[in-house]
Amino acid sequence: MLSKRIIPCLDVHAGRTTKGVKFVNNIDVGDPVEMARHYYEEGADELVFYDITASAEGRGILLDVVRRVAAEIFIPFAVGGGLNSLDDLRAVLLAGAEKVSVNTGAIRNPGIIAEGARAFGRQCVVLGMDVLRVGVSAGTPSGYEVVTHGGRRRTGRDALAWAREAEALGAGEICLNSIDADGTRGGYEIALTRLISTAVGIPVIASGGAGTPEHLVEVLTEGCADAALVASMVHFGGCRIRDLKAFLAGRGVKVRAQW
Amino acid sequence: MIAIVDYRAGNLTSVQRALDALGLAESAHVTQSPADIAAADRIIFPGVGAAGEAMDNLRDLGLAGPLRQAVADGKPFLGICIGYQLLFERSEEDSAECLGLFAGRVVRFAAGLREAGSPRPLKIPQMGWNEVRFRGHHPLWEGVPAGSEFYFVHSYYPEPSPDRVCATAVYGIEFAAGAARNNLVGFQFHPEKSGRPGLRLLANFCAWRPC
Repeated sequence: MLSKRIIPCLDVHAGRTTKGVKFVNNIDVGDPVEMARHYYEEGADELVFYDITASAEGRGILLDVVRRVAAEIFIPFAVGGGLNSLDDLRAVLLAGAEKVSVNTGAIRNPGIIAEGARAFGRQCVVLGMDVLRVGVSAGTPSGYEVVTHGGRRRTGRDALAWAREAEALGAGEICLNSIDADGTRGGYEIALTRLISTAVGIPVIASGGAGTPEHLVEVLTEGCADAALVASMVHFGGCRIRDLKAFLAGRGVKVRAQW
Repeated sequence: MIAIVDYRAGNLTSVQRALDALGLAESAHVTQSPADIAAADRIIFPGVGAAGEAMDNLRDLGLAGPLRQAVADGKPFLGICIGYQLLFERSEEDSAECLGLFAGRVVRFAAGLREAGSPRPLKIPQMGWNEVRFRGHHPLWEGVPAGSEFYFVHSYYPEPSPDRVCATAVYGIEFAAGAARNNLVGFQFHPEKSGRPGLRLLANFCAWRPC
Protein backbone atom coordinates (compact mmCIF):
# COMPACT_ATOMS: atom_id res chain seq x y z
CA MET A 1 0.00 0.00 0.00
CA LEU A 2 1.31 3.40 -0.99
CA SER A 3 2.31 5.76 1.80
CA LYS A 4 1.09 9.34 1.97
CA ARG A 5 4.04 11.62 1.35
CA ILE A 6 5.18 14.47 3.57
CA ILE A 7 7.01 17.07 1.48
CA PRO A 8 8.83 20.04 2.97
CA CYS A 9 8.83 23.02 0.61
CA LEU A 10 11.83 25.33 0.54
CA ASP A 11 11.53 28.75 -1.05
CA VAL A 12 14.89 29.75 -2.46
CA HIS A 13 15.93 33.32 -3.07
CA ALA A 14 19.48 34.11 -4.20
CA GLY A 15 20.65 30.71 -3.01
CA ARG A 16 19.09 31.01 0.43
CA THR A 17 15.92 29.53 1.89
CA THR A 18 13.02 31.77 2.81
CA LYS A 19 9.41 31.35 3.82
CA GLY A 20 6.91 34.08 3.39
CA VAL A 21 3.54 34.66 4.87
CA LYS A 22 1.25 34.98 1.88
CA PHE A 23 4.34 35.55 -0.25
CA VAL A 24 5.37 38.83 1.34
CA ASN A 25 7.88 39.73 4.06
CA ASN A 26 10.12 36.79 3.26
CA ILE A 27 12.51 35.97 6.01
CA ASP A 28 15.69 33.99 5.63
CA VAL A 29 15.64 30.66 7.40
CA GLY A 30 18.79 29.09 6.10
CA ASP A 31 20.95 27.28 3.66
CA PRO A 32 18.88 25.10 1.29
CA VAL A 33 21.47 22.34 1.04
CA GLU A 34 21.75 22.06 4.80
CA MET A 35 18.00 22.12 5.20
CA ALA A 36 17.57 19.47 2.51
CA ARG A 37 20.07 17.22 4.27
CA HIS A 38 18.29 17.80 7.57
CA TYR A 39 14.85 16.92 6.19
CA TYR A 40 16.24 13.88 4.38
CA GLU A 41 17.65 12.58 7.68
CA GLU A 42 14.37 13.38 9.40
CA GLY A 43 12.36 11.20 7.05
CA ALA A 44 10.93 13.63 4.50
CA ASP A 45 9.58 11.62 1.57
CA GLU A 46 10.37 14.19 -1.07
CA LEU A 47 11.35 17.86 -1.23
CA VAL A 48 10.24 20.83 -3.30
CA PHE A 49 12.42 23.84 -4.03
CA TYR A 50 10.68 26.89 -5.26
CA ASP A 51 12.85 29.56 -6.88
CA ILE A 52 11.33 32.90 -6.01
CA THR A 53 14.17 34.89 -7.56
CA ALA A 54 13.18 34.11 -11.15
CA SER A 55 15.98 36.12 -12.73
CA ALA A 56 18.68 34.95 -15.10
CA GLU A 57 21.31 35.47 -12.44
CA GLY A 58 19.26 33.73 -9.80
CA ARG A 59 18.82 30.74 -12.10
CA GLY A 60 22.55 30.06 -12.15
CA ILE A 61 22.65 30.15 -8.36
CA LEU A 62 19.60 27.89 -8.18
CA LEU A 63 21.16 25.29 -10.49
CA ASP A 64 24.19 25.24 -8.26
CA VAL A 65 21.92 24.61 -5.25
CA VAL A 66 20.17 21.81 -7.17
CA ARG A 67 23.49 20.14 -7.98
CA ARG A 68 24.65 20.32 -4.37
CA VAL A 69 21.33 19.00 -3.05
CA ALA A 70 21.39 16.12 -5.55
CA ALA A 71 24.77 15.02 -4.25
CA GLU A 72 23.51 14.96 -0.66
CA ILE A 73 20.04 13.47 -0.62
CA PHE A 74 18.69 10.27 -2.15
CA ILE A 75 14.99 10.90 -2.26
CA PRO A 76 13.14 12.61 -5.12
CA PHE A 77 12.94 16.38 -5.23
CA ALA A 78 11.17 18.84 -7.48
CA VAL A 79 12.20 22.32 -8.52
CA GLY A 80 9.83 25.07 -9.62
CA GLY A 81 9.63 28.80 -10.11
CA GLY A 82 10.08 30.72 -13.32
CA LEU A 83 10.45 27.63 -15.54
CA ASN A 84 9.12 28.71 -18.94
CA SER A 85 10.85 26.69 -21.64
CA LEU A 86 11.97 23.18 -22.41
CA ASP A 87 15.55 24.38 -21.92
CA ASP A 88 14.67 25.62 -18.41
CA LEU A 89 13.23 22.21 -17.56
CA ARG A 90 16.19 20.36 -19.03
CA ALA A 91 18.72 22.45 -17.08
CA VAL A 92 17.00 21.71 -13.77
CA LEU A 93 16.63 17.97 -14.50
CA LEU A 94 20.24 17.65 -15.63
CA ALA A 95 21.35 19.39 -12.45
CA GLY A 96 19.77 16.48 -10.58
CA ALA A 97 16.12 17.28 -9.82
CA GLU A 98 13.69 14.39 -10.25
CA LYS A 99 10.76 16.60 -11.18
CA VAL A 100 10.05 20.08 -12.47
CA SER A 101 7.10 22.16 -11.41
CA VAL A 102 5.59 24.51 -13.97
CA ASN A 103 3.11 27.13 -12.90
CA THR A 104 2.82 30.56 -14.52
CA GLY A 105 4.86 29.28 -17.49
CA ALA A 106 2.17 26.67 -18.15
CA ILE A 107 -0.62 29.24 -17.99
CA ARG A 108 1.15 31.38 -20.57
CA ASN A 109 1.96 28.34 -22.69
CA PRO A 110 0.09 25.14 -21.77
CA GLY A 111 2.11 23.39 -24.50
CA ILE A 112 5.09 23.32 -22.12
CA ILE A 113 3.33 20.54 -20.17
CA ALA A 114 2.97 18.36 -23.25
CA GLU A 115 6.48 19.13 -24.48
CA GLY A 116 7.99 18.41 -21.08
CA ALA A 117 6.06 15.16 -20.76
CA ARG A 118 7.19 14.05 -24.21
CA ALA A 119 10.81 14.97 -23.68
CA PHE A 120 11.32 13.78 -20.11
CA GLY A 121 8.32 11.60 -19.23
CA ARG A 122 5.13 12.71 -17.57
CA GLN A 123 6.28 11.46 -14.18
CA CYS A 124 8.60 14.43 -13.88
CA VAL A 125 6.20 17.19 -14.92
CA VAL A 126 4.34 18.66 -11.97
CA LEU A 127 1.72 21.32 -12.53
CA GLY A 128 1.87 23.85 -9.75
CA MET A 129 -1.32 25.85 -9.43
CA ASP A 130 -2.13 28.73 -7.11
CA VAL A 131 -5.83 28.90 -6.50
CA LEU A 132 -8.11 31.53 -5.03
CA ARG A 133 -11.66 31.00 -3.77
CA VAL A 134 -13.84 33.33 -5.84
CA GLY A 135 -17.34 31.88 -5.66
CA VAL A 136 -19.26 30.11 -8.38
CA SER A 137 -19.75 32.08 -11.59
CA ALA A 138 -20.10 31.35 -15.29
CA GLY A 139 -16.33 31.69 -15.72
CA THR A 140 -15.47 29.74 -12.59
CA PRO A 141 -18.07 26.99 -12.19
CA SER A 142 -15.96 25.27 -9.52
CA GLY A 143 -15.86 28.43 -7.41
CA TYR A 144 -12.06 28.52 -7.60
CA GLU A 145 -9.86 30.51 -9.94
CA VAL A 146 -6.24 30.01 -10.93
CA VAL A 147 -4.10 33.01 -10.03
CA THR A 148 -0.45 33.97 -10.48
CA HIS A 149 2.07 36.28 -8.86
CA GLY A 150 1.22 35.11 -5.38
CA GLY A 151 -2.45 35.79 -5.95
CA ARG A 152 -2.07 39.33 -7.25
CA ARG A 153 -2.99 38.42 -10.79
CA ARG A 154 -6.20 36.63 -11.80
CA THR A 155 -6.18 34.42 -14.88
CA GLY A 156 -9.90 33.93 -15.42
CA ARG A 157 -9.30 30.18 -15.53
CA ASP A 158 -11.42 27.78 -13.53
CA ALA A 159 -9.20 25.72 -11.24
CA LEU A 160 -10.96 22.40 -11.82
CA ALA A 161 -10.98 22.82 -15.59
CA TRP A 162 -7.29 23.74 -15.54
CA ALA A 163 -6.38 20.68 -13.45
CA ARG A 164 -8.20 18.41 -15.90
CA GLU A 165 -6.64 20.14 -18.88
CA ALA A 166 -3.16 19.79 -17.41
CA GLU A 167 -3.71 16.09 -16.79
CA ALA A 168 -4.84 15.65 -20.39
CA LEU A 169 -1.78 17.54 -21.60
CA GLY A 170 0.52 15.16 -19.73
CA ALA A 171 1.12 16.49 -16.23
CA GLY A 172 2.15 13.63 -13.93
CA GLU A 173 1.16 15.30 -10.70
CA ILE A 174 -0.51 18.45 -9.40
CA CYS A 175 0.76 20.61 -6.58
CA LEU A 176 -2.30 22.51 -5.46
CA ASN A 177 -1.67 25.64 -3.45
CA SER A 178 -4.51 27.51 -1.81
CA ILE A 179 -3.73 31.21 -1.76
CA ASP A 180 -6.45 31.73 0.84
CA ALA A 181 -4.75 29.28 3.22
CA ASP A 182 -1.10 29.86 2.30
CA GLY A 183 1.02 31.06 5.19
CA THR A 184 -1.91 31.26 7.61
CA ARG A 185 -1.07 27.99 9.40
CA GLY A 186 -4.82 27.66 9.85
CA GLY A 187 -5.22 24.40 7.94
CA TYR A 188 -5.30 23.25 4.32
CA GLU A 189 -8.27 24.09 2.21
CA ILE A 190 -9.97 20.72 2.40
CA ALA A 191 -12.91 21.30 0.04
CA LEU A 192 -10.63 22.53 -2.74
CA THR A 193 -8.16 19.67 -2.29
CA ARG A 194 -10.90 17.08 -2.31
CA LEU A 195 -12.54 18.66 -5.34
CA ILE A 196 -9.37 18.51 -7.43
CA SER A 197 -7.91 15.25 -6.12
CA THR A 198 -11.06 13.23 -6.77
CA ALA A 199 -11.52 14.75 -10.23
CA VAL A 200 -8.13 13.76 -11.67
CA GLY A 201 -6.36 10.43 -12.00
CA ILE A 202 -2.91 11.75 -11.09
CA PRO A 203 -1.53 12.39 -7.60
CA VAL A 204 -2.34 15.70 -5.90
CA ILE A 205 -0.05 17.37 -3.37
CA ALA A 206 -1.94 19.69 -1.04
CA SER A 207 -0.22 22.96 -0.24
CA GLY A 208 -0.91 26.01 1.85
CA GLY A 209 -2.10 26.35 5.40
CA ALA A 210 -0.35 23.55 7.33
CA GLY A 211 0.02 24.59 10.95
CA THR A 212 -0.60 21.52 13.10
CA PRO A 213 -0.28 17.74 12.64
CA GLU A 214 -4.07 17.55 12.73
CA HIS A 215 -4.19 19.63 9.54
CA LEU A 216 -2.20 16.93 7.73
CA VAL A 217 -4.54 14.21 8.95
CA GLU A 218 -7.49 16.20 7.60
CA VAL A 219 -6.06 16.84 4.16
CA LEU A 220 -4.73 13.30 3.71
CA THR A 221 -8.04 11.70 4.69
CA GLU A 222 -11.02 14.05 4.13
CA GLY A 223 -9.11 16.07 1.55
CA CYS A 224 -8.09 12.93 -0.41
CA ALA A 225 -4.61 14.37 -1.00
CA ASP A 226 -1.84 11.97 -1.96
CA ALA A 227 0.82 14.09 -0.33
CA ALA A 228 1.05 17.15 1.90
CA LEU A 229 3.41 20.06 1.52
CA VAL A 230 4.72 21.58 4.74
CA ALA A 231 6.79 24.69 5.23
CA SER A 232 6.58 27.12 8.19
CA MET A 233 5.52 24.47 10.68
CA VAL A 234 8.71 22.49 10.11
CA HIS A 235 11.11 25.29 9.13
CA PHE A 236 10.78 27.14 12.40
CA GLY A 237 11.40 24.10 14.54
CA GLY A 238 7.93 23.87 15.99
CA CYS A 239 7.34 20.48 14.46
CA ARG A 240 9.68 17.69 13.40
CA ILE A 241 9.00 15.51 10.38
CA ARG A 242 9.58 12.34 12.37
CA ASP A 243 7.05 13.40 15.04
CA LEU A 244 4.60 14.42 12.35
CA LYS A 245 4.87 10.96 10.80
CA ALA A 246 4.45 9.22 14.14
CA PHE A 247 1.33 11.33 14.75
CA LEU A 248 -0.10 10.46 11.32
CA ALA A 249 0.63 6.74 11.80
CA GLY A 250 -1.12 6.89 15.16
CA ARG A 251 -4.17 8.34 13.42
CA GLY A 252 -4.24 5.52 10.89
CA VAL A 253 -2.66 7.41 7.98
CA LYS A 254 -0.17 5.20 6.13
CA VAL A 255 3.22 6.90 6.09
CA ARG A 256 6.78 5.71 5.49
CA ALA A 257 7.76 4.66 8.98
CA GLN A 258 11.49 3.92 8.67
CA TRP A 259 14.23 5.41 6.55
CA MET B 1 34.25 -0.88 -14.16
CA ILE B 2 30.53 -0.41 -13.52
CA ALA B 3 28.75 0.70 -16.69
CA ILE B 4 25.61 2.81 -16.15
CA VAL B 5 23.88 2.42 -19.49
CA ASP B 6 22.79 5.67 -21.10
CA TYR B 7 20.24 5.14 -23.84
CA ARG B 8 18.69 8.61 -23.61
CA ALA B 9 16.08 7.35 -21.15
CA GLY B 10 15.86 10.14 -18.64
CA ASN B 11 17.91 11.24 -15.71
CA LEU B 12 20.81 8.82 -15.27
CA THR B 13 22.88 11.17 -13.19
CA SER B 14 20.91 10.15 -10.09
CA VAL B 15 22.33 6.61 -10.25
CA GLN B 16 25.81 8.02 -10.78
CA ARG B 17 25.40 10.35 -7.80
CA ALA B 18 24.20 7.50 -5.57
CA LEU B 19 27.30 5.50 -6.51
CA ASP B 20 29.43 8.60 -5.86
CA ALA B 21 27.96 8.77 -2.36
CA LEU B 22 28.88 5.10 -1.88
CA GLY B 23 32.49 5.91 -2.70
CA LEU B 24 32.31 4.29 -6.14
CA ALA B 25 32.80 7.45 -8.21
CA GLU B 26 36.05 6.15 -9.68
CA SER B 27 34.67 2.87 -10.96
CA ALA B 28 31.23 3.94 -12.25
CA HIS B 29 30.74 5.48 -15.68
CA VAL B 30 27.67 6.59 -17.56
CA THR B 31 28.14 5.32 -21.10
CA GLN B 32 26.40 4.85 -24.45
CA SER B 33 29.22 2.79 -25.92
CA PRO B 34 28.84 -0.92 -26.78
CA ALA B 35 32.61 -1.30 -26.26
CA ASP B 36 32.34 0.04 -22.68
CA ILE B 37 29.55 -2.40 -21.93
CA ALA B 38 31.65 -5.25 -23.31
CA ALA B 39 34.57 -4.12 -21.14
CA ALA B 40 32.56 -3.50 -17.93
CA ASP B 41 32.47 -6.04 -15.10
CA ARG B 42 29.00 -5.06 -14.01
CA ILE B 43 26.08 -3.26 -15.59
CA ILE B 44 23.38 -0.95 -14.24
CA PHE B 45 20.55 -0.48 -16.70
CA PRO B 46 18.35 2.37 -15.37
CA GLY B 47 15.93 4.70 -17.08
CA VAL B 48 12.54 6.32 -17.08
CA GLY B 49 10.21 6.93 -19.98
CA ALA B 50 8.23 4.84 -22.45
CA ALA B 51 9.14 1.29 -23.50
CA GLY B 52 8.81 1.81 -27.25
CA GLU B 53 11.13 4.77 -27.45
CA ALA B 54 13.57 3.19 -25.00
CA MET B 55 13.83 0.04 -27.16
CA ASP B 56 14.23 2.17 -30.31
CA ASN B 57 17.07 4.04 -28.63
CA LEU B 58 18.74 0.80 -27.54
CA ARG B 59 18.64 -0.51 -31.10
CA ASP B 60 19.82 2.79 -32.62
CA LEU B 61 22.78 2.84 -30.25
CA GLY B 62 23.59 -0.81 -30.98
CA LEU B 63 23.21 -1.71 -27.30
CA ALA B 64 20.70 -4.58 -27.32
CA GLY B 65 23.29 -7.17 -28.40
CA PRO B 66 26.03 -6.08 -25.96
CA LEU B 67 23.52 -6.03 -23.07
CA ARG B 68 22.33 -9.58 -23.85
CA GLN B 69 25.96 -10.64 -24.12
CA ALA B 70 26.84 -9.13 -20.73
CA VAL B 71 24.05 -11.15 -19.14
CA ALA B 72 25.16 -14.32 -20.98
CA ASP B 73 28.73 -13.72 -19.79
CA GLY B 74 27.55 -13.84 -16.18
CA LYS B 75 28.24 -10.20 -15.35
CA PRO B 76 26.17 -8.83 -12.45
CA PHE B 77 23.36 -6.95 -14.17
CA LEU B 78 20.81 -4.62 -12.52
CA GLY B 79 17.76 -3.25 -14.33
CA ILE B 80 15.91 -0.33 -12.72
CA CYS B 81 12.37 0.89 -13.55
CA ILE B 82 12.07 0.97 -17.35
CA GLY B 83 15.43 -0.88 -17.41
CA TYR B 84 13.71 -3.67 -15.43
CA GLN B 85 10.70 -3.75 -17.73
CA LEU B 86 12.86 -3.95 -20.86
CA LEU B 87 14.36 -7.24 -19.60
CA PHE B 88 11.07 -8.98 -20.38
CA GLU B 89 9.80 -10.30 -23.71
CA ARG B 90 7.37 -7.55 -24.54
CA SER B 91 5.52 -4.58 -23.10
CA GLU B 92 1.92 -3.52 -23.51
CA GLU B 93 3.29 0.01 -23.62
CA ASP B 94 3.72 0.86 -27.32
CA SER B 95 3.46 -2.94 -27.99
CA ALA B 96 7.25 -2.90 -27.66
CA GLU B 97 9.35 -6.01 -28.30
CA CYS B 98 11.87 -6.02 -25.47
CA LEU B 99 15.11 -7.87 -24.64
CA GLY B 100 13.57 -11.20 -23.64
CA LEU B 101 16.03 -11.93 -20.83
CA PHE B 102 13.12 -12.84 -18.56
CA ALA B 103 10.05 -14.74 -19.78
CA GLY B 104 6.85 -12.76 -19.45
CA ARG B 105 5.37 -9.46 -20.48
CA VAL B 106 4.85 -6.01 -19.03
CA VAL B 107 1.26 -4.91 -18.42
CA ARG B 108 -0.50 -1.74 -17.30
CA PHE B 109 -2.20 -1.32 -13.94
CA ALA B 110 -5.88 -1.92 -14.69
CA ALA B 111 -8.09 1.16 -14.53
CA GLY B 112 -10.29 1.18 -11.45
CA LEU B 113 -7.93 -0.74 -9.14
CA ARG B 114 -8.77 -0.03 -5.52
CA GLU B 115 -7.23 -0.60 -2.13
CA ALA B 116 -9.34 -2.93 -0.01
CA GLY B 117 -12.11 -0.91 1.64
CA SER B 118 -11.51 2.26 -0.39
CA PRO B 119 -14.31 3.68 -2.52
CA ARG B 120 -11.94 5.55 -4.84
CA PRO B 121 -9.88 4.14 -7.70
CA LEU B 122 -6.12 4.21 -7.26
CA LYS B 123 -4.20 6.80 -9.20
CA ILE B 124 -2.03 5.77 -12.09
CA PRO B 125 0.97 6.11 -12.16
CA GLN B 126 1.75 4.68 -8.78
CA MET B 127 3.93 7.49 -7.50
CA GLY B 128 5.54 7.33 -4.09
CA TRP B 129 6.82 5.03 -1.36
CA ASN B 130 5.62 1.47 -1.06
CA GLU B 131 6.75 -1.45 1.05
CA VAL B 132 8.73 -4.09 -0.81
CA ARG B 133 8.73 -7.69 0.42
CA PHE B 134 11.88 -9.49 -0.63
CA ARG B 135 11.72 -13.23 -1.07
CA GLY B 136 14.23 -15.77 0.14
CA HIS B 137 17.87 -14.98 0.70
CA HIS B 138 19.80 -12.94 -1.78
CA PRO B 139 23.09 -11.08 -1.26
CA LEU B 140 21.35 -7.92 -2.53
CA TRP B 141 18.98 -7.63 0.42
CA GLU B 142 21.51 -8.23 3.11
CA GLY B 143 21.21 -5.44 5.66
CA VAL B 144 18.01 -4.02 4.13
CA PRO B 145 15.52 -3.90 7.03
CA ALA B 146 12.30 -5.88 6.62
CA GLY B 147 9.41 -3.54 5.90
CA SER B 148 11.58 -0.98 4.09
CA GLU B 149 9.77 1.21 1.60
CA PHE B 150 11.10 2.17 -1.80
CA TYR B 151 10.22 4.92 -4.26
CA PHE B 152 8.10 3.89 -7.25
CA VAL B 153 6.95 5.82 -10.30
CA HIS B 154 5.27 3.63 -12.91
CA SER B 155 2.08 2.75 -14.74
CA TYR B 156 3.27 -0.65 -16.00
CA TYR B 157 4.72 -3.69 -14.24
CA PRO B 158 6.22 -6.98 -15.43
CA GLU B 159 4.64 -10.40 -14.96
CA PRO B 160 7.59 -12.78 -14.54
CA SER B 161 7.17 -16.52 -14.18
CA PRO B 162 6.54 -17.16 -10.47
CA ASP B 163 9.95 -18.73 -9.82
CA ARG B 164 11.70 -15.52 -10.95
CA VAL B 165 9.81 -13.15 -8.67
CA CYS B 166 12.24 -11.96 -5.98
CA ALA B 167 10.28 -9.05 -4.51
CA THR B 168 6.65 -8.01 -4.36
CA ALA B 169 4.65 -4.90 -3.53
CA VAL B 170 0.93 -4.22 -3.35
CA TYR B 171 -0.87 -1.50 -5.29
CA GLY B 172 -4.46 -2.67 -5.55
CA ILE B 173 -2.96 -6.01 -6.57
CA GLU B 174 0.26 -7.74 -5.59
CA PHE B 175 2.83 -7.32 -8.36
CA ALA B 176 6.45 -8.30 -9.00
CA ALA B 177 8.54 -5.37 -7.71
CA GLY B 178 11.62 -7.37 -8.61
CA ALA B 179 12.79 -10.40 -10.57
CA ALA B 180 16.05 -12.34 -10.38
CA ARG B 181 17.83 -15.15 -12.17
CA ASN B 182 21.51 -16.02 -11.66
CA ASN B 183 23.50 -12.82 -12.34
CA LEU B 184 20.48 -10.84 -13.47
CA VAL B 185 18.23 -8.79 -11.20
CA GLY B 186 15.70 -6.06 -11.85
CA PHE B 187 13.61 -3.73 -9.70
CA GLN B 188 10.59 -1.64 -10.55
CA PHE B 189 11.39 0.90 -7.83
CA HIS B 190 14.28 3.38 -7.79
CA PRO B 191 16.94 2.33 -5.27
CA GLU B 192 18.88 5.50 -6.10
CA LYS B 193 15.93 7.58 -4.84
CA SER B 194 14.93 5.39 -1.90
CA GLY B 195 17.09 6.75 0.87
CA ARG B 196 19.25 4.49 2.99
CA PRO B 197 17.66 1.11 2.14
CA GLY B 198 18.05 1.95 -1.55
CA LEU B 199 21.70 2.91 -1.17
CA ARG B 200 22.30 -0.32 0.72
CA LEU B 201 20.77 -2.32 -2.13
CA LEU B 202 23.02 -0.52 -4.64
CA ALA B 203 26.09 -1.06 -2.47
CA ASN B 204 25.22 -4.75 -2.22
CA PHE B 205 24.82 -4.95 -5.98
CA CYS B 206 28.22 -3.37 -6.54
CA ALA B 207 29.84 -5.92 -4.23
CA TRP B 208 27.82 -8.90 -5.51
CA ARG B 209 29.64 -11.92 -6.93
CA PRO B 210 26.99 -14.19 -8.39
CA CYS B 211 27.96 -17.84 -8.29
